Amino acid sequence: MDLTYGPEYNAFRAEVKAFIDANIDQQPKPGEGPRSAAVQAWQAKLIANGYHSRTIPKAYGGYGAEPDIIQSRIIAEEFSTAQMNTGFSGQGISMLTPVLLELGTEVQKQQFIRKTIHGELIWCQGYSEPGAGSDLASLTTKAELDGDDWVINGQKIWTSTAQISDWIFCLVRTEPEAPKHLGISFLLFEMNTPGIEVRPLVDMTGAANFNEVFFTDVRVPKDQIVGQRGQGWQVANAILGHERGSLAPPDAAMSRLNGVIRLMQQETIGGERAIDNPIFRDRLMRLQGRVMAMQYNDMRLLSARINKNQDTKLAGMVVKLIGTELRHEIECLGIDVLGEIGLSYGDNPYLRDNGSWQYQYMYFLGLIIGGGTSQIQKNIISERGLGMPKEPKLAVPGA
Amino acid sequence: MEFGLSQEQVLLQDSITRYLKDQEPLDKVRAVAQDSGLDQSVWHGLSELGLAGLIIPEAHGGVGLGLLDAVVVGETLGYHITPGPFLSTAIMAPSLLIASGQTGHLADIAAGRYRVGIALSEAVGARLDAGMKVSDGRLTGKALFALDASADAYIVNGPNRQLYWVDSKDPGFTRTLLTTIDKTRTVCELKFDQVDAALMTDDPAVLQAGLNAGRIVQAADSLGAAQCMLDQAVAYAGQREQFNRVIASFQAVKHMCAEMASQLEPCRALIWYGGHALSESDGTARLTVCHANAHLSEVAQFVARTSTEVHGGMGFTDLVGLHYWFKRIGANRQLLGSPELLREEAARIQMLVD
Repeated sequence: MDLTYGPEYNAFRAEVKAFIDANIDQQPKPGEGPRSAAVQAWQAKLIANGYHSRTIPKAYGGYGAEPDIIQSRIIAEEFSTAQMNTGFSGQGISMLTPVLLELGTEVQKQQFIRKTIHGELIWCQGYSEPGAGSDLASLTTKAELDGDDWVINGQKIWTSTAQISDWIFCLVRTEPEAPKHLGISFLLFEMNTPGIEVRPLVDMTGAANFNEVFFTDVRVPKDQIVGQRGQGWQVANAILGHERGSLAPPDAAMSRLNGVIRLMQQETIGGERAIDNPIFRDRLMRLQGRVMAMQYNDMRLLSARINKNQDTKLAGMVVKLIGTELRHEIECLGIDVLGEIGLSYGDNPYLRDNGSWQYQYMYFLGLIIGGGTSQIQKNIISERGLGMPKEPKLAVPGA
Repeated sequence: MEFGLSQEQVLLQDSITRYLKDQEPLDKVRAVAQDSGLDQSVWHGLSELGLAGLIIPEAHGGVGLGLLDAVVVGETLGYHITPGPFLSTAIMAPSLLIASGQTGHLADIAAGRYRVGIALSEAVGARLDAGMKVSDGRLTGKALFALDASADAYIVNGPNRQLYWVDSKDPGFTRTLLTTIDKTRTVCELKFDQVDAALMTDDPAVLQAGLNAGRIVQAADSLGAAQCMLDQAVAYAGQREQFNRVIASFQAVKHMCAEMASQLEPCRALIWYGGHALSESDGTARLTVCHANAHLSEVAQFVARTSTEVHGGMGFTDLVGLHYWFKRIGANRQLLGSPELLREEAARIQMLVD
């Protein structure tokens, strides 16, 4: 056990701090969208200095550093401590760019990566469908070749940012005769292509965090495919695991828990501070212990990425399941200590923290379901983590 | 930066595991459960492996390892529900003696020929009519639920959180074995009638050092015991057939196992950090230890119940012996502070309570 980063990293940390000190006054105001000039200028500055897209090659518009997990961690720590704007992300940057780097053609890398990381191209992800949720590989949106074009028909759902996106990366069925995992292709196309309709999907929070996207005879040039025909499932899965863990980072959970502590010190119940109520306090402490366990679990995972000899397969698999459920419970405590005030939402004058306790409580129920439901996570943990057998398949009538 | 066990720690764990599998199988645990005096022979064997002197400095005949190493060993002993006084004699007593600068008995402890019991219940949460008074160096009263009913001496929490050393041979000393659910370790009631009590210290930091060390190793014991129960559940489910298939292929059973694993696995990092922080005298160590012990009590309790359920009716019988793990976990939950008390202590450490 050695939790020091070493002298060479101390110098790096000093460098990061100096950058933050020199630039923190110039960061864009909160709430500015990715299209604003200030946000895009900030993004360009972060990339030029290696604080965004750090390991993406210079040839594709990145900073071109060698991957160094500790450096990335130090940047994250210092930016978080200083509450420095880390630039914007989104599915084009977090999901598509790694796929293109690994499996895209040289032309695709040149065409998309620079513009994507600089925020000139915003992407949405077309994976889930009304009939293909947990069983994503059963998706039925189809693409048929007609001359030099794919012709796409079908529907996607849970498509976040579709209403503001320039492009979509989309899983479609191109080989209807093949087994379901081998008949899918990974296509890229513009959202202003004729035949695409986006309908906002209002969720329980009252916001439209997602959309439905309908495709009617959408024509896409046939070379706008990543990987080969029928390999789309493998292309998408190259990075899906990465998405899951990042849905519930433990540091964010601890930050929200500290928010509950502050709330409990401020709010009173019958003249007594909520923190002085032993039952609320016990709930708080129980959650703190659980978050602490996830934070050290995260350090263990970080360490395993540096020191390849450690076996952390199970430790990584549980992060999405435990992290999202834990976060839901933290938000719930925030509501409960507020009592009747906890009901407040929208324009209620008694609202606390912009209504974030109720909003996040609902939002994290969405994340318990999204990105692979808790039940799917338990299947994965029991089968791949504990080596338990899959459930036998039902005989399909008439097959 | 490396967050994990060293090569040496993994080897230590492997060698103890091999010994315990070979020398201390469940049959031996059953024998000790019938006759608690047999734990002396188990302790003799473990002492020869160096466990009695694990954290005692080499200058005093010990191995000189730290509390993270003790955590690794504690987890292994919990996994095999090894009987004996490891927590009291090898962890808490040396921690208290070293912290108070009294090294006289360390060599005998390290050699495995001297057992020191721990009577700190009144410091953790006094119950019933326990309590003591001291006058002219003579201790009178009683201590409940002292760890180890075969110890040669006891470290006793007297009035005002002062620690006293009491020899078991003192004519005014009597002890009664208290029957508990856990037959792998003994606890007893101590009665003192004008016994000769040497004041060890009145420094609360010493008491805290002993509690911290005991609590983190106890939490590791629960982690090990729970891990074993999970492993047994997965193995049993993979063999037991109902409705013409192994029950491990039913999603209901798989999800029970996944829930156990997903709660238990992050505990490993928490326990490691607790042991490491204590070794490094990290200022956050006490908070981490309180949370680690409380959290492990909750998680291990969940695993103990769920693993038993996965075993169905067999889990409820004496035949499988699963109940020895269930009870070890149950005892760990109550001794050295129940989870509610530890969480309240965690709140106090952070000054969240007036």
